[in-house]
Amino acid sequence: MKLDERKPEEIEQQITSPVNRDDRPDVEQIETVSPWRDAWRRLRKNRFAMAGMIIILFFLILALIAPLLTSYSYYEQNLANRLLPPSGEHWMGTDDLGRDILTRIAYGARVSLQVGFFAVIGALVFGTFLGIIAGYFGRWVDMIISRIFDILLAFPSILLAIAIVAILGASLQNALIAIAIINIPIFGRIVRSRVISLRAEEYIMAAKAQGMKNGRIIFHHILPNSITPIIVQATLGFGTAILEAAALGFLGLGAQPPTPEWGQMLASSREFIQLAPWTLIMPGVSIMLVVLGFNLVGDGLRDVLDPKMRN
Amino acid sequence: MQKPILEVDGLKKYFDIKGGPIGRKVGEVKAVDDVSFTVMEGEILGIVGESGCGKSTTGKSILRLIEPTEGKVKFQDQDITSLTNSEMRRLRKDMQIIFQDPYASLNPRHTVEKIISEPLLVHGMTSAKQRLDRVGELLEVVGLSPYHAKRYPHQFSGGQRQRVGIARALANNPKLVICDEPVSALDVSIQSQILNLMEKLRDEFNLTYIFIAHDLSVVKHISDRIGVMYLGRMVELTEKNKLYDNPKHPYTQALLSAVPLPDPDMPRNRVILKGDVPSPANPPSGCAFHTKCPQAMDICKEVRPAFQPVEDNHFVACHLYK
Repeated sequence: MKLDERKPEEIEQQITSPVNRDDRPDVEQIETVSPWRDAWRRLRKNRFAMAGMIIILFFLILALIAPLLTSYSYYEQNLANRLLPPSGEHWMGTDDLGRDILTRIAYGARVSLQVGFFAVIGALVFGTFLGIIAGYFGRWVDMIISRIFDILLAFPSILLAIAIVAILGASLQNALIAIAIINIPIFGRIVRSRVISLRAEEYIMAAKAQGMKNGRIIFHHILPNSITPIIVQATLGFGTAILEAAALGFLGLGAQPPTPEWGQMLASSREFIQLAPWTLIMPGVSIMLVVLGFNLVGDGLRDVLDPKMRN
Repeated sequence: MQKPILEVDGLKKYFDIKGGPIGRKVGEVKAVDDVSFTVMEGEILGIVGESGCGKSTTGKSILRLIEPTEGKVKFQDQDITSLTNSEMRRLRKDMQIIFQDPYASLNPRHTVEKIISEPLLVHGMTSAKQRLDRVGELLEVVGLSPYHAKRYPHQFSGGQRQRVGIARALANNPKLVICDEPVSALDVSIQSQILNLMEKLRDEFNLTYIFIAHDLSVVKHISDRIGVMYLGRMVELTEKNKLYDNPKHPYTQALLSAVPLPDPDMPRNRVILKGDVPSPANPPSGCAFHTKCPQAMDICKEVRPAFQPVEDNHFVACHLYK
């Protein structure tokens, strides 16, 4: 390597002046783009993700304005009006007990979104916690936690949920707990593998070299860098949780009548598939659309947040 | 020279090799095998050696970023290998490290301000205003500007990132800085800038460096004394000029003869070593270098040579010098 032959003052000047040769031509006003804003900007360009977001937003609004939307009650029976086809009076028709299906779908959106939300939050909190502990501390801690995950994942998830509900008793709340539990290892594994790869990063060693405590390293360095796969999984998991809640409802293990839960609506009207197909189509399509919406947004987020997709 | 700031005595780091279905230990890699040296206050000690000879592991073991298997590390007359984790954390204020890869050593989710101010916060500077001032000051010291503080690492070039890494290391006014190949990931033109900056900072802040590198000309430029490592062992350690003018160990001689000369027509005696470097999982008996040494003797295969002074301030581990 050829070393500088310039006068010391010149070198001094060069190394202390703010604009160096290795500086890109830059101005003070250069925009600081936070990674989150950048991701949002690119997500907005993804048509499928935006379509998914519109679907989710539609159901969210439907859930919020349910009482304003119709004057019908979702539980009061009106046997004179049973199994009416869609009309100006009842946009989606009525079910076998004469209840307005649109009303029940709108209130059902409340149930489904709530179940999805709380089940995902529960799974996310516990899964992330366990995943970080396993990945960061390794050794026997990892051994124990990972084997628990393996056992949970060895069961078909719906079977495990049924078992949990059977123990706790059939109710919406217990279905929610069961769904949260079966989703814990999914979050846990993602976080664990992420933490293990992060632990080898030089900036984590640098944080240790600065004299930071484990807690600070975990919360300020590991967690912010493992948040993106968690967000993607949470979005996709939202859809699966709704589907699982509907499945438990269908089996009579989730929400109990007269709660307008979509899966349970499907179950109670399946005898009328020939006679009044709308009683099945409406909740079925709702489940499909919501899950599709979350999957589209989840896939879009994965494309946007995955560092490997960056150019 | 003044008093020693760091004494490394018999440092060893063995990594286990796990194999088989149940992950049993089937062997060990002797990454650092009995290395001893002393660093004086205010000096720059260079450590050179080829890839995989254990230079970086030595540096990280000294800071206990990798727990050493055996040996003592005394920093300012205090044995740090026996400190508890919290005592060690407090001491890290005085012992810092600059990493090799400026693209990997900065957290991509943190702004430069957060990167540099975090060590300040951890070591007790609670006032946000004070921290911000100090960050601005440090950025200027390393040749950046205070307005860079709001940016993220990906908005900088490699040389600038390495300056950020240096600012972070200097945040708490350390006494000893281990530089783990700080310029090898940079372009040659940027290398000299960073080297000059590091020399300037050494004078300004009274720092001591352990400068790890594989580039002989870089080490020659910056160091006061140089240690040469081979296969986890220190084979020669002496003052810069002594080493370059009069290398004693056959490995050092071969290494130095490989440095390109500016004039290709100049007569030179290249020492060409044959064969591959032995695996550190299964190092040769006796002197680790005997398999490739042009001057190997019978004793070299059996007895590991002691690392001893052959002249004033000139340590060599070789049976040729008794």
